[in-house]
Amino acid sequence: MNRLLKNREILLTIIIALMIAGFSTRAPGFAEPGNLANIFNDTSILIILALGQMTVILTKSIDLSVAANLAFTGMAVAMTNAAYPDLPLALLIVMAIGIGAFLGAINGYLVWALRIPPIVVTLGTLTIYRGMAFVLSGGGWVNAHQMGPTFLNIPRMPVLGLPILSWIAILIVLGAWFVLNRLPFGRAAYASGGNPTAAIYAGIDIGWTKFLAFVVSGALAGLSGYLWVSRYAVAYVDIAAGFELDTVAACVIGGISIAGGIGSVAGAVLGALFLGVIKNALPVIGISPFAQMAISGIVIVLAVVFNARAERKAGRIILRDRGAREVSA
Amino acid sequence: MSDVVSAKRVIPDRLGSRTSRLLASWEVLLFGVAVLIFVFNSFASPYFLNAWNLSDATFNFTEKAMIAFAMALLVIAGEIDLSVAAIIALASTAMGAAAQAGIGTPGLVAIGIGTGLVCGAFNGLLVAGLRLPSIVVTIGTMSLFRGISYIVLGDQAYGKYPASFAYFGQGYVAWVFSFEFVLFIVLAAAFGILLHATNFGRQVYVIGNNEFAARFSGIPVERVKFILFLLTGLMAGVASVCLTSRLGSTRPSIAQGWELEVVTMVVLGGVSILGGAGTIAGVVIAAFVMGLVTFGLGLLNVPGIVMSIFVGLLLIITIAIPIIARRIKEMS
Repeated sequence: MNRLLKNREILLTIIIALMIAGFSTRAPGFAEPGNLANIFNDTSILIILALGQMTVILTKSIDLSVAANLAFTGMAVAMTNAAYPDLPLALLIVMAIGIGAFLGAINGYLVWALRIPPIVVTLGTLTIYRGMAFVLSGGGWVNAHQMGPTFLNIPRMPVLGLPILSWIAILIVLGAWFVLNRLPFGRAAYASGGNPTAAIYAGIDIGWTKFLAFVVSGALAGLSGYLWVSRYAVAYVDIAAGFELDTVAACVIGGISIAGGIGSVAGAVLGALFLGVIKNALPVIGISPFAQMAISGIVIVLAVVFNARAERKAGRIILRDRGAREVSA
Repeated sequence: MSDVVSAKRVIPDRLGSRTSRLLASWEVLLFGVAVLIFVFNSFASPYFLNAWNLSDATFNFTEKAMIAFAMALLVIAGEIDLSVAAIIALASTAMGAAAQAGIGTPGLVAIGIGTGLVCGAFNGLLVAGLRLPSIVVTIGTMSLFRGISYIVLGDQAYGKYPASFAYFGQGYVAWVFSFEFVLFIVLAAAFGILLHATNFGRQVYVIGNNEFAARFSGIPVERVKFILFLLTGLMAGVASVCLTSRLGSTRPSIAQGWELEVVTMVVLGGVSILGGAGTIAGVVIAAFVMGLVTFGLGLLNVPGIVMSIFVGLLLIITIAIPIIARRIKEMS
């Protein structure tokens, strides 16, 4: 199993490298370090969200409310910054993470305490959170000139050749790796998704683990809210609409099993980068950006087919089948 | 989640009387909610109790409800289709392109419904044929179908439909009863019979309750699932004909986010998201509840996005209440 997963990451790396090589024959300069750094920076927010989504998916759940959470938190932070320009940025970031974590905790609580299926809970909160963003802003926009210079510039500031936004993503990747592979919570997340019955017998509180996973996902969505608003220098109700699907797509492409318990941090990151490279390559090689949606659709379907084959080879078809039914249902 | 599944299989030693069971059923509860909202609305706005206004209000839910019937069967069988709104977009784009080429109304309807069937067959093939989890497959095909619309249309729109095509979304069969509303009633009856009075319907329940048992009883699980996806695609195609005809134009963003509203309608109608339980009657009442809520709020000048908060709350609260009630009952 381990070797298989390793293959998946190596395979994805090779595919991404081939894609970059292929695109650079059409558009010289595509493979240059500067451009690759740009692509990474551009994908940073997707990477952060995908890691949160992955944590949730590992526990056999799904969080469709991340993008709405991002929109609400981003709006809240931007409005606070516009109204009180003197507040230090650190406080705003703590506020973003806090609001995000709280919204995630609502999801988690409903899943944990009331045992409502995660897909139903997050479908509901998805519309609620985005609606709240509207109520909060009254449908208005917060534009670049209303935001303070520190608020806008910190994520763009280059440190050692990379913008701070990229460094935040890198830190979170390392953090996610540590949490999921080295901390009891991470192992509990894998266990409660991989085999819930065995996890209970091993003394793992599945509900609590799911709750924590949603809090983590929410906190990362909140942080991304600030990063998004600052990067694009505008906040409005519809920012990142539909982005939750991109995060699921990144996970699926990265080999994270939607049935829970299988997947690695490297996979999620590579899945996000895969989408990022495609997104950045299309305009460069002269394909209409309107084609991006269809292409990611095809990629998701292919990735699902591929995942299913890989998991089936592992000889776990009976468990997988049941798990898949429970999640999809 | 394993607890939920095992709890579902508990069979009580004695069932309550027929009337008490009926009174405690989800459908009756939901009907009560619908009546309450109706009464509340008629007090809240003087424009509510007007036959034509109420008739207009039905357009809020008829198209979504058509899909919700098929989706209910799919959810009862333990699957889901998140690509329905994207199918509407693709079918509408196909019809728009055909209308541009000068094809008449019957041809347009055939193309719209045909596109829906093809999309449904594609989903069915992936889920039933290759045995993939439907939730991710349909997230993928959702991007794919709508993506094709975007490739075809970009930021353009189709707007030239033949005059007779407007009947499906704007025509009235008799008095205030629109074509869409009549179609909604006919389809509700048809799906009710299909689910509750045919072998096929029983097979859907069996698959949702225990797929392994279904297999061992000789039910062609894959074939049933394939047919269900085909049906859902078909209904999305029909809904696309109605919606396109009503709006008279096609943009690739048409029906954006409808998949969530359709699923909300199904779940609100008492269909278990874990599969195996639910009725068409429940979905019909849920359609009315959602229609009445959005219409009533609209009369009170509440913006659409704020209404979606109510729909989201409605979804979570209606699911949470029975769970909390059961919890309290167990405690006492």
